[in-house]
Amino acid sequence: MKYVDEFRDRALAEKLARQIAQEARLERDYHFMEFCGGHTHAIFRYGVQDLMPENVEFVHGPGCPVCVLPVRRLDDAVELAERHGVILTTYGDMMRVPGTKQRSLIRAKADGADIRMVYSTLDALKIARDNPDRQVVFFAIGFETTTPPTAVAIKQAQAEGLTNFSVFCNHVLTPAAIGHILDSPDFAAGGPARIDGFLGPSHVSAVIGSKPYEAAAEKYQKPVVIAGFEPLDVMQSVLMLIRQVNEGRAEVENEYTRVVTREGNGKAQALVDEVFEVRKTFEWRGLGEVADSALSIRDGYAAFDAEKHFAISEKQSRETKSCECPAILRGVKKPTDCKLFGTVCTPDNPMGSCMVSSEGACAAYWTYGRFRTAEKAKEAEPA
Amino acid sequence: MTAADTGAMRLSGSVDMTHGGGGRAMAELIRDLFRRHLSNPILDQGDDAALFDVPAGRLVMATDGHVILPLFFPGGDIGSLAVHGTLNDVAMSGARPLYLTAGFILEEGFPLADLDRIVASMARAAREAGVPVVTGDTKVVEKGKGDGVFITTTGLGVVPEGVHVSADNARPGQAILLSGSIGDHGVAILSKRENLEFETEILSDSAALHGLVADMIEAVPGIAVLRDPTRGGLSATLNEIARAANVGMQLDETAIPVKPDVAAACELLGLDPLNVANEGKLVCICEAESAERLLSVMRAHPLGREAALIGHVMQDDANLVQMTTGFGGSRVVDWLSGEQLPRIC
Repeated sequence: MKYVDEFRDRALAEKLARQIAQEARLERDYHFMEFCGGHTHAIFRYGVQDLMPENVEFVHGPGCPVCVLPVRRLDDAVELAERHGVILTTYGDMMRVPGTKQRSLIRAKADGADIRMVYSTLDALKIARDNPDRQVVFFAIGFETTTPPTAVAIKQAQAEGLTNFSVFCNHVLTPAAIGHILDSPDFAAGGPARIDGFLGPSHVSAVIGSKPYEAAAEKYQKPVVIAGFEPLDVMQSVLMLIRQVNEGRAEVENEYTRVVTREGNGKAQALVDEVFEVRKTFEWRGLGEVADSALSIRDGYAAFDAEKHFAISEKQSRETKSCECPAILRGVKKPTDCKLFGTVCTPDNPMGSCMVSSEGACAAYWTYGRFRTAEKAKEAEPA
Repeated sequence: MTAADTGAMRLSGSVDMTHGGGGRAMAELIRDLFRRHLSNPILDQGDDAALFDVPAGRLVMATDGHVILPLFFPGGDIGSLAVHGTLNDVAMSGARPLYLTAGFILEEGFPLADLDRIVASMARAAREAGVPVVTGDTKVVEKGKGDGVFITTTGLGVVPEGVHVSADNARPGQAILLSGSIGDHGVAILSKRENLEFETEILSDSAALHGLVADMIEAVPGIAVLRDPTRGGLSATLNEIARAANVGMQLDETAIPVKPDVAAACELLGLDPLNVANEGKLVCICEAESAERLLSVMRAHPLGREAALIGHVMQDDANLVQMTTGFGGSRVVDWLSGEQLPRIC
């Protein structure tokens, strides 16, 4: 397949692997956080780890939109569908994420709530048009990549004069999360974990550009390389990070030049800015409250804001006990460090969000990488 | 007035509750639509049950409910699929299918013209397969309680002497063969789903595989395992076998045939062709030394032209299906949890 196979070429991968092995210094190791679940997915699906020297380690970041949504917001969505009787429309990934007491949207749907999976915000609009006597809420989640389509839907609904469509907005922002992670005690000098550099978001950066990461790279002296989601993108970016680390540089570099520019997509940014404003703070699963890290709908579009339209109750939301998703999302634990991993928690019966989404670290470990765990266990056995 | 005339007249309407009521309307529907298309000596006896002789040997029986949307898709429809699906389940035990039954659940309001198309397609598929539908049943449910039409078919077949095909026969060292490209059916269906329509020339691979199976068994009677990778795709089928036989598998991604259009559609939707459904492909596990012979027999059959050796059975108590990726790494090939969903980021 043209424009895809080129970025999955085995011969090129082997060449890059040799180069990485050559340039990675033996006297040290390299911990790179791949911010996005898309990277985690590519690393596991193509077996990129196999092509890395032993002293290059991937630290999985929080960039899985389904994973970082806090339980409370999910419980709120269930409430919208169950108590307020709306047609709740959502991206499919969200359906199986367990909320408080393992209650997921798919459970609520089975119990009679009207919850419909959509592939785009325009599908949600169509449902609103087709059901004028019902309130239709779009459960908006995701990073800067999925935000412009939500803005389009809101503007379209306004243009059409739809009065039965609103958005439950949970859009979050990437740069704030990077700063938050590096500020946490986990990654402080002498802390339990270390990050030497970031594989920066690819699709997100197509919208916001590479510029927003420059402040963090400078402040924390950590290199960032904007990396595409194909396996060769990941490998090339690792090589670029190793070079920066070796040379003592901490810059924002762009490997994904075929899509990302420094300034990003100005039209999309303007659209987002018109419809949304930055929330003072927002809760992320795993990271807790993060300042300036999410968007809410501006007052001018309040008619389409589900949080203003419906009285959503205060509730006591709780993570599944012993679920390590929060620590895994912070990059301080691996899925295999979790007691539940592979025992009570599998993709068939997920206890936490990281086991649900294909972009979640636990799902990637389980789905593509289980044999590594098995091999490690074997190695640990006395001969 | 002939039966055919009556049928043509009635086809302008739609299914109503009287068609399932046991009265005259139902009798007419059976006579003018079902029996008109599916006619054969056993069905035409018109009794509540089919009566037939049974050949010597072990009998095989399989049943399959079909609830597909859309009902008509590129390369087939629910009628042909209901025949192929069940025949394939029978054939995967190494059996020669003999008879089919069909149960219809119709939703009130379903156009009779569509039902006629479906039953005609079913009859064509059964005729081509050489397996008659010998008895059936029709029920009508109120509007909103069905999805147009549901079809359940049951197949009966007989296993030739000396053939013992079963998933738990897989043993380390055996070869894993695949009869052709994967993902065609699933992509053809997805391309017609509401909200997801996209242009593709991919047709469903829906086909009856017992002819191919007969050729294979004749060449190598000692085939260990046969399975058709339908829902859940190749990955689900291989994982089922691995678990049943308490073995692992090692696959080579580059050996698995995927049509460029299917690969492209999967890429676009964020799906893995390994998880996408097929309706006319089979997986065969056999002794490594029989692999070449079987492959040549498969490639000589129209439904096995692209047959390939895709991997081997391994010793592995964890029952993992592993794969060397085209990229040069390794990964597990897991089965899906729930529906495969397009990615959102």
